[in-house]
Order: sequence, then structure tokens, then C-alpha cells
Amino acid sequence: MTDLFGDLRDLYQEVILDHGRKPRNFRRLDDATLTSRGDNPMCGDRMELFLKTAPDGVIEDAAFQGRGCAISMASASLMTETVKGKSPAQAREMGEKFRILAMTGTCPECGADIAEEMERLTPLSGVHEFPSRVKCATLAWHTLNAALDGAKEASSE
Amino acid sequence: MMDGHVPAFDLARVRADFPILSERIRGKPFTFLDSGASAQKPRQVIDAMVRMMETRYANVHRGAYFMSEQATAMYEAARAAVARFLNAGSDSEIVFTKSSTEAINLVAHGYGRGVMKPGQAVVISEMEHHANIVPWQMLRHAQGIELRVARITDAGELDMDDLAAKLADGRVGLVAITHMSNVLGTVTPVERIVRMGHEQGAKVLLDGSQAAVHRRVDVQALDADFYVFTGHKLYGPTGIGVLYAKADLLNAMPPFLGGGDMIAEVTFARSIWAPIPAKFEAGTPPIIEAIGLHAAIDYVTAIGMAAIEAHERALVDRAMATLPHVEGLTLLGGAQDRGGVFAFALDTAHAHDIATLLDRVGIAVRSGRHCAEPLHARFRVDSTCRASFGLYTSPEEVDLLAEALRQARGFFA
Repeated sequence: MTDLFGDLRDLYQEVILDHGRKPRNFRRLDDATLTSRGDNPMCGDRMELFLKTAPDGVIEDAAFQGRGCAISMASASLMTETVKGKSPAQAREMGEKFRILAMTGTCPECGADIAEEMERLTPLSGVHEFPSRVKCATLAWHTLNAALDGAKEASSE
Repeated sequence: MMDGHVPAFDLARVRADFPILSERIRGKPFTFLDSGASAQKPRQVIDAMVRMMETRYANVHRGAYFMSEQATAMYEAARAAVARFLNAGSDSEIVFTKSSTEAINLVAHGYGRGVMKPGQAVVISEMEHHANIVPWQMLRHAQGIELRVARITDAGELDMDDLAAKLADGRVGLVAITHMSNVLGTVTPVERIVRMGHEQGAKVLLDGSQAAVHRRVDVQALDADFYVFTGHKLYGPTGIGVLYAKADLLNAMPPFLGGGDMIAEVTFARSIWAPIPAKFEAGTPPIIEAIGLHAAIDYVTAIGMAAIEAHERALVDRAMATLPHVEGLTLLGGAQDRGGVFAFALDTAHAHDIATLLDRVGIAVRSGRHCAEPLHARFRVDSTCRASFGLYTSPEEVDLLAEALRQARGFFA
């Protein structure tokens, strides 16, 4: 039979498949200063996020563990790579911009200052065509906000 | 088959009755394999509901005028059709609700709180839908009723020895078990379950939300005390469910909701309940939905439940001949007696990724935990995809599913 799924490469770009199969920073941080659990109850996506922050709040290290679909795992993997070295305010700002990217496919308000980071996240922009999958992509960022807020649980429902 | 004769089943004609099946999804035919969540509607159901609204609509049981009398007669004719469909002893044993969920909650309230005593127990099974778990948990919290969960085997069949053990002390007031699992497709040995419950003094509720769609149900032959099903899975509208209960039980149970239509007499000092089934139908009922359900029942009975069962049996055989051969695919359960519901996982891909891929080629399956989280925990899986068949499902659609899954596995490998 012909290749049924060729046109899905927009959503599942090689970067996503790669991060989905082999998530980066997929480990527990024993010296984490902030942690939070993210849960997507309808889907069964679950993750635990670990952040190690400096006294001034800057995220020195980020890691996660969990199970979920390729989109949620790849997004968490890319998120942990992106927020390292960022202040909480910068990390939240990126999360907000990423949500816009995931929901609309573009981010007109993303300035040159965060161009590099947003480019890293751009492979996930294809989810905007799949409304039921947007929350898979944003779960990691909800969980990040919860961790920064000092909350133990986040849900993307 | 009950009479040994299976009427002819014309799949092309059946499919032509369902307008939505001619929709195209991104240019591809719509391959709807999610009937277990909610079934599509035939033209006959759609037309009956529209016709009622256009020509015979008014509130029921209230007006002394032509339209209301007509609407009342149609509403009560729907009840009679349900009674025949289940072979109930009397129309008064049929209560309309908004869903199976509401019907189970009605029993949890009316029988659980109203009739059962603290210290008694309810037995459910590990393969129940949340609708047949949560109302009993709420009853446990409210009333000091113990909740026991009968185990299932790795094959996804009810562990009858465990059920016997859960019943053994004679303290069980109610057994509430699915007639067909919405995840595993397992059809449970309901005759035996009812007999075992009765031998230990328990009443038995069967959740027929899946089963009533696929095979003939005879509540008197089963001797079921309660039987519930829902309209929207039976090719009827949403917003209408059915509770069958034996008359003596309905008479013994207090009402669930209070309001209009369920009373014989109201003063500020007290109210006197209407006789059954009105006692359990407070407020304006789902009138148009009842007419839609009646049309749906007429539709499936005209085709014949035996013919539908035979068609779906062939689909199940086809699926069992193809799905297990998809490399990396694991089916949940594998009961001997089963219907057209298949939950599965692929080794290389998460259920949601599979569902997204299948959607790309127009195939609709459910992904997640299908309102049966404890069952997924039992099989130690986070989530599964579920394909479920209806009377309009074709063998070619089953084959397309198998081929698409083969390619989906490769996509993520």
C-alpha cells in the first residue's frame, strides 16, 4: 500500500521523533530545588520536572522523567534544553511565547532577543493544526510554571 | 441465533442510511471506528426527531389539548418500544433517564441509599466503566456500604471464582457488572452472574451500554433486576438513557429527583409520589430524544439483532485474523466471548500519536483510557487506542486499520 502518512512529516519532524525517542535531560535531579508533576489526565501523559536554581533564581539545570506521547516527550526535552541559564521571568516569557506558537503556528511578537530559543522550539509549531494535541505540547511548560510557582501539580486539562 | 435463521444483511444499504458516512476527511473516506464512544445516526432517526418537532411537538403528560396528547402518546409508545426491545414484563418497568450514567446513579440513590443497609456490600468488577465505579464509591462514602471489586483474568474475562468469593458471606446487596466491556470487548456470562448473585441474596445490575447495541437482550430470561443502556450508542440521539428495573424494586425505591411529573399530590406539608415509572421522571423528560430512540430501536429491529450480531461476528473474526499479526501490537485482553471493541498498544508509538496518524487517513479511533482508568492500571498500560465497530463497519475498514497500524509502527520506529 502507498505511504499513508507522508504528509504528517510537518507535525512529526525528525527533530520531534528524535527527541521523542531519546529525550534529553531525561533523569532525576537529586539536588533539585524545585520540582513539580504534570498530568494530562485525558491522554495519560505524565511527567515530573526537576529544576536546580541558583540563589538569584536562575535555572542552572533542568531535567524530567515521565511517559507520554512523542509530542509531549519531545516538548519536555526541548523545554529543558531551552530554559537552562534563564531567569524565572525569562523562562515564563518563553513559555508564554511557546503557547502562542503552539496554538497559532507563528509568533509575531517573538523578538530578536529570544530568536535562538524560539527557533529550537519551532519544530513543535505544527501542532497548531491539531487542536487536540496542543495540550500535549504545552504540558511541559505548564509544569515548568507550576514548579516556578512552588506548586506540586500541574494539569494541562 | 435464537431461531437458527439469520436474515440477510445488506451492508451497502445500511451504510447509505447514515448520511455522515459519506463525509470525507481531508479528501479521504470517513472510517469511523469509534462507535463504542458514540454511534452515528441513520436518516430514520434524524427524520423521526425532525418530524416530531415539525408536526407533533408539545410537552407531555401536561396538556389537555391535541398536540400534547399526541406527544404524550408518542413518548409512551417509545417506552413500550424499549420494553419490547428488552422483553420487559411491563412498560412501567422502563424509566427514561438522560444516560446510562444517570440510570446507574438512580439505582445507587434509590436502591443503594434507599433500600440497602449499612454493612452491606456492592460488588463491581475490574473492567467497569467509570460510570459503574464512581456512583458506588459515592454510595460507600455516604452510607457505609462496602465496595468489592471482582478480579478479571489476564485474558480479560471475569474471574468467576473471585466473584463467588466476593459473594460468599451473603452480605452483598447488589452486584453491578458490565454486560460487555467498553475496552476489552469481553462479553460477560450474565446468566451465571445473575444466578450467582441471586443465590447469595443479592440483586444484580447489568450495564448494557455496549452489549445492548450488539446482541439481543431479554431481561426476563436473564432475570436481571436492573439493566441500563443508552440511546446514543444504539444509533439514537444523545440525552436519553434507559433504566429497566423490576416493578417491585422500583416501587420500593425512593425517587431520585424531585419535581414536576413525579408526584400524585403536592401540598407544602408533603408530597405523594406518582406511580412508577413517573415517580422517577421528574421534570420535562427528553421527549424528542425518546422519539429518536424509538426510531433507532425500530431501525435495528427491522434489520434484526441476529443479523447485526452475525455481521459484527464476521468483523471480529476479521480483526482477530489481522490485528494480532501487526508487528509490535499488543491487544488488551482476549476473551473467548467478545464483541467488536479492541484496545491495543503499539511498541513504538504512544496511543495519541497513533490516533493522530490514523486521523490523517480519515480513521477515527479513541485514544486514552476510555473512562476505564483502573482497567488500564490492571494491565499496566498508560493508555491505549481503541477501535470499536458498529453495524455499518465494513471488512475493508478493518483491513485499512490493520494496514495503517503497520505503517504507523514504521513511522515511529
